[in-house]
Amino acid sequence: MAASVLFDAPGPKTVRRHRTYTLGAYAVLALVVAFVLYRLQDTGQFAYAKWEPLVTPDIVRVILVDGLLSTLQMAFSAIILAVVFGLVFGIGKMSDHAWVRWPCWVVVEFFRAVPVLLLMVFIFYQFGGVTNGSTGSYWSVVAALTLYNGAVLAEVFRAGVNAVPDGQGEAAYALGMRKSQVMLLILLPQAVKIMLPSIISQCVVALKDTSLGYAIAAAGLSTVSRLVYIDYGNQLQVVAVVAALYISVNLVLTWIATLVQKKFVGEHNPIDLTRAGNMDGGQNTGGGI
Amino acid sequence: MNVVFDNAGDVALAFAYTLSLFVVAGILSLIFGSVLAAMRVGPIKVLQRAALLYVMLIRNTPLIIVIIFFRFAGPKIGLTFSFVDIQVGDLRLNNLYAACVVGLTVYTTSFVCEALRSGINAVPLGQAEAARAIGLPFSGVMRQVILPQAMRHSLPPMASVQIALLKNTTVCGALGVFEAFARMKGLTNDYASARTEIFLAFALIFVILVEVLSFAANRLERRWRIA
Repeated sequence: MAASVLFDAPGPKTVRRHRTYTLGAYAVLALVVAFVLYRLQDTGQFAYAKWEPLVTPDIVRVILVDGLLSTLQMAFSAIILAVVFGLVFGIGKMSDHAWVRWPCWVVVEFFRAVPVLLLMVFIFYQFGGVTNGSTGSYWSVVAALTLYNGAVLAEVFRAGVNAVPDGQGEAAYALGMRKSQVMLLILLPQAVKIMLPSIISQCVVALKDTSLGYAIAAAGLSTVSRLVYIDYGNQLQVVAVVAALYISVNLVLTWIATLVQKKFVGEHNPIDLTRAGNMDGGQNTGGGI
Repeated sequence: MNVVFDNAGDVALAFAYTLSLFVVAGILSLIFGSVLAAMRVGPIKVLQRAALLYVMLIRNTPLIIVIIFFRFAGPKIGLTFSFVDIQVGDLRLNNLYAACVVGLTVYTTSFVCEALRSGINAVPLGQAEAARAIGLPFSGVMRQVILPQAMRHSLPPMASVQIALLKNTTVCGALGVFEAFARMKGLTNDYASARTEIFLAFALIFVILVEVLSFAANRLERRWRIA
């Protein structure tokens, strides 16, 4: 619902009142911006010495290669593995056999509800991440993100398959197809189209969560930024630049997700991550944030 | 399991920190998120854009970066929270705690705003038109027709946001608050052989907390459902 239907087209009196509000809002925002700028100036944050490291080629290379590139690699590996994990457990959760369905359900619910950070640190110390240097920390991050995002994607896959009209499956059975054929040839190809935007949105979540590698010193933007600001004491500047990098990458991903949704799904996405677990007795475990 | 039971006092204190972070940041984010959502659906263009900018920037920044900002960059510009030093029972709420709460609040606020806005967007157009057609003023349209329905629609995403907040409090453990995650790390350092049990115990407590919240949200949704 567009905001404009909430109120009538304003009359002359309301227009005047809105104008006062607008001026007031501008004044408050200007004051806030001015105060922030004043604080920054007052504490010498605009000094060139604080920004210089961020335009020094060596450090730029560290931030972009050790930081951004590793972050993207981790997110990419994690999302690919998570799609596989989600596919297996999502289909497992829809199985007709209780002995397949229940274990899958337990695994998915467990990994959706456990904080990623707990999982990451446990994997890091328990499965030899500590002793294997940067490879160890890299794969600890990827493993933890795979389990968490895979569990969320399992719900997405199930919701996507459920969103395919019933008649499709019924028609396929009527043609004499087997259960696996119906799933692989009829339901999944149509479900993938519906799921694509949700999968891309999940990439944003995975990308943001790679920053948790900070806790186990895995190469990535968050860890690299720490090394830089410890050396140069320019916390504010480094955090600003790193945040800007994360925001730009995520905005590109979000933009792609919107395009894909417009092309394949239409205005309303039938998959609601906040409800995906709620449709038949599953629980809402805060997926998708 | 013995390790966890032997240190039950410490574990309980750790989860008290976790829950206090969750409750304080949860309430603050609900308040600020509502203000932000009001700005986004209100008629003042500047405020709409300011709120949109805030949501766009914060939603795409990882939580740990937001908290690092308040923990390490804040002090550089005189934002130290050193005025916060409260003792509540065994909980010591100091400046590190305050920085983490502010970080969590700033981050969660943007998601609360989006949850509320999606709830308002989910109310069918005809409802607002009908309310205006029978002559209700703006306040009446909002109070009696739109908001009661929007609240129901925003409950599931809002529950999702708050559950995510509970899980996100663990990030504060990596940045100086001695809550569940930090305690788990401490215990696994002291009792390396019992690492799996300690992890499973902490994970299980989190699963239970999440399921309790989720169950409560489900019940509330069912009770509020119209017809």
